[in-house]
Amino acid sequence: MSSLIKEIKVTIKDLLTRKGRSFLTILGIIIGVAGVIIIISLGAGAQSLVLGQITKLGSNLVGVLPGKSNENGPPTAVFGVQIKTLKESDVEAIKNKSKVPNATDVASFVSGNVTIIAGKESVDTSFVATDGSYVRIQNTEMIKGTFFTDEESNAGANVIVLGYDVASSLFPNGNEIGSIVKIKVPNNNPSNTESSNSVPFRVIGVQKKLGTVAFQNQDDQVFIPFSIGQHQILGIDYLQFVRVKIDDATNVKIAMEDIKRVLREQHRIHDIENDDFSVRDLADAIKLLTGITDTLRIFLGLMAGISLVVGGIGIMNIMLVTVSERTREIGLRKSIGATRKNIRNQFLLESIVLTFTGGILGIILGVLVSYLVAVGARFAGYDWAFIISPFAVILAVTVSILTGIIFGLYPALKAAKLDPIVALRYE
Amino acid sequence: MLIELKNIIKNYENGDVVTKVLRGINLSVDEGEFVAIMGPSGSGKSTLMHTIGFLDRPTSGEYLFDGENTEGFNDDELARIRNDRIGFVFQSFNLLPRTSVLDNVILPLLYSGSKTNYESRAKKALEAVGLGERLHFMSNQISGGQKQRVAIARALVCDPKVIFADEPTGNLDSKSGHIVMNILEKLNNEGRTIILVTHDKQVALHANRIVTISDGEIISDVLVPESDRVHSKEIEEDLDI
Repeated sequence: MSSLIKEIKVTIKDLLTRKGRSFLTILGIIIGVAGVIIIISLGAGAQSLVLGQITKLGSNLVGVLPGKSNENGPPTAVFGVQIKTLKESDVEAIKNKSKVPNATDVASFVSGNVTIIAGKESVDTSFVATDGSYVRIQNTEMIKGTFFTDEESNAGANVIVLGYDVASSLFPNGNEIGSIVKIKVPNNNPSNTESSNSVPFRVIGVQKKLGTVAFQNQDDQVFIPFSIGQHQILGIDYLQFVRVKIDDATNVKIAMEDIKRVLREQHRIHDIENDDFSVRDLADAIKLLTGITDTLRIFLGLMAGISLVVGGIGIMNIMLVTVSERTREIGLRKSIGATRKNIRNQFLLESIVLTFTGGILGIILGVLVSYLVAVGARFAGYDWAFIISPFAVILAVTVSILTGIIFGLYPALKAAKLDPIVALRYE
Repeated sequence: MLIELKNIIKNYENGDVVTKVLRGINLSVDEGEFVAIMGPSGSGKSTLMHTIGFLDRPTSGEYLFDGENTEGFNDDELARIRNDRIGFVFQSFNLLPRTSVLDNVILPLLYSGSKTNYESRAKKALEAVGLGERLHFMSNQISGGQKQRVAIARALVCDPKVIFADEPTGNLDSKSGHIVMNILEKLNNEGRTIILVTHDKQVALHANRIVTISDGEIISDVLVPESDRVHSKEIEEDLDI
């Protein structure tokens, strides 16, 4: 044991006498290991960020989308396909207490992109047309005024709630409440006869700053009552999305089955295979999302792994050069009693010390970069967790040492096999 | 009998061409002898010494070392013999670069089975060659003569029975050469067997026996009369570099 420590010390001393080359030798390993650490850390950080945001929405929510989708795939609506099978009558049926007893609130949704004008200011943004129940389902908080009520939305009142960013660009002076804004009706609205047609709205609230959730800026949108958005802005008679709040998280699965039954009744569907809607809860969304991010992480991790292999080949190259440069030294060592094993171990130890050092430096670099990214992300307003998984660290060190053994073995064996007299005569 | 060679043949094969380097060498060396092997270059004297010194294996023939037949020895056993039964001194010193004098001398001890006293044993060997004050110099900071003395200390440190010296003065000026030969003589006087390869008659005359080899065969094997022997005087070396 003590002789191993001595050998390691000698090896380190030896490597330090050619610092420049040793560093260049392990650069590939450093980058590879740092890459693995960074990718695993950033992947975990991003995943926890998105999952945290989704969970914040509440675990007792169920979404209803038009169009069939298979269990694990994303709903077709995600890809922008317009499916017109979900109607207001469906929402009324879901609201029926005798049919879905666990549903406490139901909100309908349509959305689109519009231009909003306030005086001389105008802004392109997206609007969400929904019910007064939205505020109870999403736990929306207001910085000014209020969200519209059930009565206002049912009556189709011309009221609007602005997202934080929209409010600050339309009303730099902060006098939003009570002001009138106009929404230009998009040209693709079938009932839109003149291109300059617009609908006036009275601002009744400004939403608190929310930041970006799931890659969407939550402050760059406005809310209007559902029926106005559906009929006057979009000119359609179907729904894009329905969100249902369930009384308790434990009843979500029961409620989902109830909703499916109601919709099948509504749409006269007898075979589950023919469903023209999708009912999903948050668990599905989380499963879907982790599935996607996990695949991405594995893919990126593999890429980083490949760079480790490339780094290993670099080590092998340099070790082969080292062996041939030191052939006479190997001959001398053999002539004074070094066995094949001694020589093999000497060179193997050298490449292991190199790759291990590379692994350690790579971890330091990887952790540092991951930390800086986390700091930067927090600075940019994300609730980013700085996660270094011990698994990633152990994996990186193990792989770097293994790289040293695997790619150091061939040069070491080549050195060990040298004939002493041939090696001594080598020029 | 320490070394006994019986009809040693060494051929080098290069494709279809067979070069006969040693053509049946018979040689015995007793413990305590100082033997010089002489011969022109290409005569096979170096190959002979490498064969006796276990750096090379003979193609055929019998080699008894200290009464043991070495034919069946495997690589590890040969390494062991090279480590603690014999010591080598080369013309070109072969010290490890960027390594201290002391660490160079410790090197054979690292390959020996022993675990202790590396430093004190290496110091003792360096004192025996008059370099007790140069322990922590780097091997490239000392003169050629001093390098060869470090190499002798390295050959000596495992307390071998035989020291093989291959043209030990070949790369040295005459003064340094005398110092090195004086050390070898002293080691011989202490009872250690020395086998020296040289083409220089004056160097060979330090030995008490001269074996001359030509075209892979021993052509003469004579004892040197005491009156003909050359003795290098101990020279006080100024240790300035």
